This record gives sequence, C-alpha cells and structure tokens, in this order.
Amino acid sequence: MSAALVPGRNDTPAIEITSVTRRFLTPEGKFNTAMRDFSLTVDRGEFVCVVGPTGCGKSTTLNLVTGLIRPSAGQVRVMGKSVVEIDRRVGFVFQSDALFPWRSVLANVAAGPCYRGVPKAEAYERAHRWIERVGLAAYESLYPHQLSGGMRKRVALAQTFINEPEILLLDEPFSALDVQTRTVMQDELLRLWSGTRASVVFVTHDLEEAVAMADRVVVLTASPATVKTVHRIDLPRPRVMSEIRYEPAFVEIARRIWADLREEVQIGQRSALAVA
Amino acid sequence: MNSPMPAVAVAGAADFSLDALERQALVAQQRRSSIVIALRIFIFVAVLGLWEAATSIGWVDPFFFGRPSGVARQIYEWATEGTSQGSLWLQMLVTLEETVLGFLIGSAAGIVCGIALGRNRFLADVFSVYIKIANSIPRVVLGSIFIISLGLGMASKVALAVVMVFFVVFANAFQGVREADRAMIANAQILGASQWQLTTSVVIPSAMSWILASLHVSFGFALVGAVVGEFLGSKQGIGLLISTAQGAFNANGVFAAMIILALMALVAEYAITGIENRLVKWKPAPLNEPGT
Repeated sequence: MSAALVPGRNDTPAIEITSVTRRFLTPEGKFNTAMRDFSLTVDRGEFVCVVGPTGCGKSTTLNLVTGLIRPSAGQVRVMGKSVVEIDRRVGFVFQSDALFPWRSVLANVAAGPCYRGVPKAEAYERAHRWIERVGLAAYESLYPHQLSGGMRKRVALAQTFINEPEILLLDEPFSALDVQTRTVMQDELLRLWSGTRASVVFVTHDLEEAVAMADRVVVLTASPATVKTVHRIDLPRPRVMSEIRYEPAFVEIARRIWADLREEVQIGQRSALAVA
Repeated sequence: MNSPMPAVAVAGAADFSLDALERQALVAQQRRSSIVIALRIFIFVAVLGLWEAATSIGWVDPFFFGRPSGVARQIYEWATEGTSQGSLWLQMLVTLEETVLGFLIGSAAGIVCGIALGRNRFLADVFSVYIKIANSIPRVVLGSIFIISLGLGMASKVALAVVMVFFVVFANAFQGVREADRAMIANAQILGASQWQLTTSVVIPSAMSWILASLHVSFGFALVGAVVGEFLGSKQGIGLLISTAQGAFNANGVFAAMIILALMALVAEYAITGIENRLVKWKPAPLNEPGT
C-alpha cells in the first residue's frame, strides 16, 4: 500500500540512530546524560518495541526521530536523510492526552490535513472516513471531554493515521488505559497498522505488550540509555492480543526478555533511591 | 443474582424509588433556591431599612451619610430633570464610551503583547523586569499626567482606562501562553502546524480561559480609570457628577452616582459572561451537586 512495500526502495532503513549521545543541561548548570552511544536501526515496515526501566530515556529516543530535539553527538537518519526538522512522514501518538479540547472529534482528526494545506472540505471528508474506521462515527461532533479514555485514544490514532505516516512513533500510548481497554486498543492499532505497513517504534514499560505486538523488542539499560539486547519475536501475524499471551512460545520469549530487563530495572531503582 | 426473575423485580422497584427520589431532589432544590432568594431580599430590605431608620431617628446624620430615600430621589431627579451638566443619559454615555474604548484598546494590546512575550522566551527575559516595575507603580497617578498632556476631553480618560486594563490582561495572557500544554504543542507541530498556525490554533485557544478571566476583572478597572480620570478633570461624565456632588456636600448624589456605575458594571459583566459561554462551550459543564 505504501512506498515501503515497493521492491528496490527497501534498501535504506526507515530509521537509523548511530552512536547518539544526548545530554540535557539541568537548571543547576550540570549536564545530565540521557543516552550514551545509542545505536538502533528500524527497517521499513518493521514494528519495533522499546522497553526499559522508567526514566531511562525511552521517550528521548522518539523525540530524536521527530526532530523536536537534536543529538549532542552522533547521527539520526530518517529514510536515509539526516533529521534537521520535523519530518512530515512521521506520526506520533502521545502518552498523555494531546487532543485539542476546544475542537470536536471531527475537527481534531482533520487538524493534520488542515495544517498541511489540504482544502477544508477534503480534510473533513477524510477525517470523517478515519473516524468511521476507528468506530466513532456516532461521536463526531462531541468534544474530547465527553469521551472515555479509550475513545480519546481512538481519536488520537485517527488524528495520527490520517496523515498517512511512513514512520509511526508511539510513546506509551495505552499506559493510562485500564487493562481491558488496553487490549482492545492494541488490536485496533495492529489492525490500522496492517493497512499501512508503516515502520513503528512503540515505547512501553509493559513487557507483555511489547512481546505481543513487536517484530523486535529492544531492551534498554538504565540511565544513561544504551541498547542492552535485541530480541526477534517470531510469532505469526495477524496476532490477537487477548489470546497471544497464553501461547507457550509467547511465555517463553517474555520470560527470556524479562531476565534481561529485570537487572536494568533493579539498577534503575537503586540509582533512583540514591538520588532521593 | 440467583435467577432472572427477582432481578427484574428489584430493577423495577429500583426504578420506581429512583423516580420518587428524583422528585424529592427536585422539590428540595426548589425549596432551597426560594429560601436563598427570600433571604437575599430580606437582607436588602433590612440593610436599607436600618439605614433609613438610623437617619430618621437621628443616630446617623443624613447630611454626611445620605439616606436611601434621598438617593432614590436624587436618581429620579437626575433621570427626569437632568443633572447640572446636562442629561443623565449623556453622562452615562460619555463614561461608558470612555470605559469601553479603554477596555477594548487595553485588552487588545494586553492580549497581543502577552502572547508575543509568552511565545518568545528571550523577549520575555528582556522585558520582564520593566513589566514588574510598571506593574508596581500605582497607575491611577498617571491620570494626572494624561490630563496635563491630553487635556480635559475623552482622550485622557481613555488613556487612563487603557493603562489600568493593559497590565491585568497582559499578565494573564502571558501566563496562559506559558501554561499551554507541551504535549499538545508537540502534537500540533508533528501534525504539521507552522509557527503561526501553532499560535492561532493551539496557543491562543489554550490561553483563552486565562484571558477571559482577566476580562471580567478588567472591565471594572476600565471603569475605575474612566471615573478617576473624570474626577481629576473633565467637562462630562459620571466622575464629574461625583466630584460636583462632593463639592456641594451632597452625599446622596455621590451614592446615586455610585449606584449608576455599579449598574453599568453589572450589565457589562453579564455581557462578558455571555461571550465567554459562547467561546468556551467545549468545556465540561460543572456537575450539579444536590444541595446540602
């Protein structure tokens, strides 16, 4: 469906992060290193999940790809091109509620095309179709505060997918949802994604979520973040979220990755305690 | 839970009692609101009655403190026979015009400057110290300067009203812009918004509740600016009416002018609330708690 599937154009990876170091200047005037010598490659059409202990710099990874922040050293490339500004092929789903509360559902979803200069009538027509696709056709004219958390996430997905991103970044998008809604939304995301075959980086602290959804799971170390291990998940697609977590292969992979992750979580907690 | 039959029966009973409860709640609510209104009227009548009684018995000298009947007579006289400066309506119109002009100019300038500085950290750092200084000056004093430089006409009053309004609106617009949600701004940027689109479609709407809150207060400030300006020197307006009444030791006249000003402020308050309700219809309505 997208360019990513055309043979011969698959040569450059969708995302290349090469030996990136990222430092922040703290208010006290000290440098705080969030990532050190971080390298990660995401192939076109690949679904990569990034897991790591809290506060290890997972979100920083995504912000580097959007161009909202720059690396202090090293290089970030998107589709073979160095990132210097916000790339139009990138879509981002936020952890917190990033919808515009003063816009109706329809206007929220139409925001992207409107910003990008699509005529208003066409933008709203496309928004209408995307709202139908995420199952909210009856709620088009409501405002975000009138929707449930799961419905707001559906709006956020439609708002992102309407721009037809070739690279989709998700920053713990479902972490605020209850467990049942989360499972439904994971299926929803996989369904929408399978229609686009965009390259996905999905940051989460939920290991089961990562294993269930990803082609590859990347485990990060405690801060400063580097890639600790990478695990390929060879579970067949399409996957059904409510069933996959009971399959023996799933349990086996999850246990193996958890062994890696546990060490880092412990290190992260120790250093957090030391700071406090 | 054991079998469907009792469950239905329970549900039916629950519906019935819920209906009754709703009716009860409605009655309680109506009773409460009529008590509130009755108490309001009682307090109004009691205060005015005490005042009137105190002045007729002789506890309080009506020459210095006026009396309600005198104030009412004064307003009636002004309305029917006109004031020493011409018709009362003209005086109200003059003051209202100065107030509205000052309010519009001051709040427009405040909104523009607040957003510009809120969006630009460098400008904000440079100017913040001057804004603090300007804010700490008692700005009413500037009225004298405006009378000297702009004369006794309308311009000096409008200028004072502008100065009164500007800083309030500015401070709120600035704060509102600073409080705009970072995720929302990042979201708009990634969706493709240019800097200008970001300002108009995200930053300004999210600062809107702050700005509107300041508009409520600042209409009152504009009125103070206009009236004080008239007080300091003018040929027309309610402020001059007060100043004349003061010169003639007419306490009733001062109170009468005060009531007229209060009425003008109340009407403006309703108008602003109406505009606000239209602008922020996307906000959740507050839940009505049953009266306690």
